[in-house]
This record gives sequence, structure tokens and C-alpha cells, in this order.
Amino acid sequence: MLIDVHAHFLHDRTSRADWRERNASRLRAGERIGITTHVASILGSWGHTSPTYFPSPADLGYGNDTMLALQREHPDRIRAYVAVNPNYADHALAEIDRCLGAGMIGIKLAASRRADDPLLDPICRRAAAAGAPVLHHIWQHRRRDYPGQEASDAVELGRLAARHPSVVFLLAHIGGGGDWLHSLPAVRELPNVMIDLSGSGVDGGMLEACLDAVGVERLLWGADLTLETGWAKLRYLEHLLSPEEVELVRWRNAAGIFPAGAFPPD
Amino acid sequence: MRIDVNAFLGAYPWRRVPGTSPSAVLAAMDRVGIDQAWVTHLPGLFWRDPVEGNGWLLEVASREPRFRPVPAVHPELAGWESVLSAARAAGAPAVRCDPTFFGISPAGTGMRALAGACAAAGVPLMLAVRLEDGRQRHPNDGARELPAAAVRTLVRTHPDLRLIVTHADRPFIEEVHFGSTPAEAARIWWDICWIWGPPEDHLQTLLATVGAARFLFGTGQPLRIPENGVAKLDLLDLSGEDRNAIEAGNAAAAAAKAR
Repeated sequence: MLIDVHAHFLHDRTSRADWRERNASRLRAGERIGITTHVASILGSWGHTSPTYFPSPADLGYGNDTMLALQREHPDRIRAYVAVNPNYADHALAEIDRCLGAGMIGIKLAASRRADDPLLDPICRRAAAAGAPVLHHIWQHRRRDYPGQEASDAVELGRLAARHPSVVFLLAHIGGGGDWLHSLPAVRELPNVMIDLSGSGVDGGMLEACLDAVGVERLLWGADLTLETGWAKLRYLEHLLSPEEVELVRWRNAAGIFPAGAFPPD
Repeated sequence: MRIDVNAFLGAYPWRRVPGTSPSAVLAAMDRVGIDQAWVTHLPGLFWRDPVEGNGWLLEVASREPRFRPVPAVHPELAGWESVLSAARAAGAPAVRCDPTFFGISPAGTGMRALAGACAAAGVPLMLAVRLEDGRQRHPNDGARELPAAAVRTLVRTHPDLRLIVTHADRPFIEEVHFGSTPAEAARIWWDICWIWGPPEDHLQTLLATVGAARFLFGTGQPLRIPENGVAKLDLLDLSGEDRNAIEAGNAAAAAAKAR
């Protein structure tokens, strides 16, 4: 088995005329790589009618509905995170209840509100109650505010994780941009923070640093926007790790943090 | 046959990178099936006189036939012309100059003189757009990325100049390729190390629009794991002819142009 814990899909209300091709390309490449489950989210309209990282409730609802439809259409290989914007607190909780109730298996928080903001606490309490992990978009070492997002880094996610020790957090895309060397020590002592290995970055030494910082039991395989970099990291891990350890990263660690029965032959 | 046109030897000044020694790079090449690597002395790119790293590079390459040296040349330091003759004597497939790392104008007088000299010598000139993702660079690592406009300017300096540009992404490649005449674009090769695969399929798109003849297998190792280059080719439905061209044939053709 191979579980991609960080995937995305597009839909007809984004700015992408090629959304069908991109979705099909992800599934086609996944078949070649051997991905058995894509755990995916849609961030509203991906900027078409509200900003990608500040999605409106209406756009979130449409994106989440699309993910539910994809999960129904591909029950053997797609699972979904419910994406919410914590600034719309009531909508976020209602959307979490609706979508987890409909079969989604995790919660996606992007960059609408800083990770250590109290507005995220009710969402995390809902996650704890449901036993659902939270995938949190991270800018590895955010040195300033960037336009278009209220990004968080590992220190800020760590504060949230410390407040909610019963919730598992996925520190998103360690290879997704920014200084990953800043992130790893920030979460080393937080056992409820897992490292998602996705992202376009394939830096020499990055995987070794992840293993040194948190151990193989806290690593999750993913690809995000670049499936080839995910496959490359998996191939390199096969060189670094024993076959049993590779299985942990490929799927066993993921199977342990999502709700029971989340994956087909779980 | 698989040739990595974009590899380095030696330590990186901005962070600890494992596997930078010649033996470690050879082991990485074995791991992913790379037969030959075109290598540059990495720390030298950050020295005031980058040429000072070339001696070690040429000596290492003279002992290891799987390495082909790509010496650095700084066109605003006196005597730079001798690097070209030394490179030719050593069988170098190219020389490299990364003007923004050297703190010189990317298309200024020095670079244009170097371009002309490379054309006259029949030696391809290699340039990197970047070495690391700009979002993760050291706070004191302030060198700008190579501008696409500089590549367009350089390729126009001499009708025989051949350029090999590494670490370019799809927008950069498209800007230069379609901002050049067909004859100019035919003198530029691009390594694939920074081009995205699926689901965005940038490499697949470029192979269709720009053509497989313009692309070279390159990894950026050891700053980047070399598995990435192979994985992205494995995700394409390439003909055997195109794959061989990207992995070796195009590089061999570019190097063979050297007189």
C-alpha cells in the first residue's frame, strides 16, 4: 500500500480550464507510482471567486462537495479532508460535522488564520472528538507575512499541538518551501505532530534530517503538487531504510492516525 | 547511457549537505544508474576567484573517467581567457559562469565577452538560474536568480554560442524559448531538474511545445537527490528515442559541438 496524505484536486469553478486533465493526470501518475489512496482536499475555488488561502464559505462548500463526489466516484483510491476557514467559526464547525459525517477522514487547515490563534481551538476540539487528524499548511520558517496568506510555521503549529495533545497534526509539505531546518527542531518534542514529506523540494540531506529529528514513526509520505518529487523521495527512502521502515512511511503510519476503516483494506 | 549534466563536487557554504565528496557522488550515481556526470567545484562558485576551484576539479576528473569537468570562469577577472583553453585541453564539455553568484551583471560587458569567446572556442557556456529554492535560502545568501532576459541577451551575442541553462522552470524556459528566434532557441539546452512533472505536467508540455531535442538529464546533485530526475522521466510516456536523447544523446551532441 501507498498512501499520499497530501493531495489536491480541482473542479469546474476554479480558474483552471484544464482541471479535468490535471485531476486525471494525478490519478494516472498515481497508478504508475503505486499510490493506493490519495487523501486530498480542495481549497475552495483555488482563487477564482475567493482567495486560495482565504476561501469563502460558499467556495469551501463547493470544494468540499466536490471532494465528497470524488470520494464516492473513486471509493477505492480517494479519501478527503474537509477544508475550512477558521475565520468563519460557525461555518467551519458545521462543515466539519457535515463532511466527516459524510465520510471524510481528516481536516485541512491552510493559511486563513495563524495556527496558534484561539480561533483554531474549537476546530481542534472537534477533531479530537471525531478522532480526525488535522493537516496544516506550513511555511517552513516564515520570516515575514507573504501576500495572499496568513501562513504559519512549525513554531506556531507547535503551540497549537501543545494545546491539543490528543489531536494528531500533519505538518504540511516539509519540502514545500522555506527553511525545513527551522521546522524540524520546533516539533521534535511534540509526538502528536507528524511530518508530511511532500513538496517540490528534494534537497540532499532533508530526509536524513527528518529521520534524525522525529524518527521514522512520525514520517508520512505525500506528494502535494509534484508527484515526481514524492516518488523520488520514496525511492531514496528505500535506500535509507529497511523494508519494514519503508512500509511505515508508505502507509502504516498514516493508517494509524486516520479513523479506523479510513482506507480500503485497512 | 545516462548523463547528468548538472552535478557538483564539494561543500555548499549555506548549509550542511551530505554526500558531496567525489566518492559519495559516484555512489549516488551508481544508486540511480547515472553513467557520467558533468561536475563543477561547488564551493568555488562562492569564492572571490571561482577559478581557484578548477585545479582540484580537473585533477579529480582526470582520475575518474565518469566525471567530466565543467570549470568555472569569471569574465571580469584578468586572465579568464586561459580557462577556456584549459577547459578544452581537459576535454570539458562546457564551462560555467553564474554571474549573479559572482556579483557581476548577468548580461553585462564581461558576460558578453565570455559568450563571444565561448562561441569562438566552440565551448558551451553553462549557467544556473538558481541552486536552491528562493524561499529557503540563507538570510545572507542574497544573490539574485538569473533573469531570463539575460539568457535572451547572451544567446544573441554570437551566432555560434551554445548555452546550457540549468535549474530553470517552465515559465523561464517558455519566456526564453518563445522570446528567441528558432535559430537562437536551437542553441539553448535546458536541464530538467527544476521542471515539474504530474499533475501539472510541465515537462510533458515542454517536450510537446519546445521539443525533446532541447532537454538534458540533470539533477543538481548533491544539493538535490538525483532520484528526482529519473522519477520524472519514468512518469512520462516517452518514446525510447526521446528518452535516450534526453538522458544522453542531446548532451553528447552538445558536447560534441565543442571544437
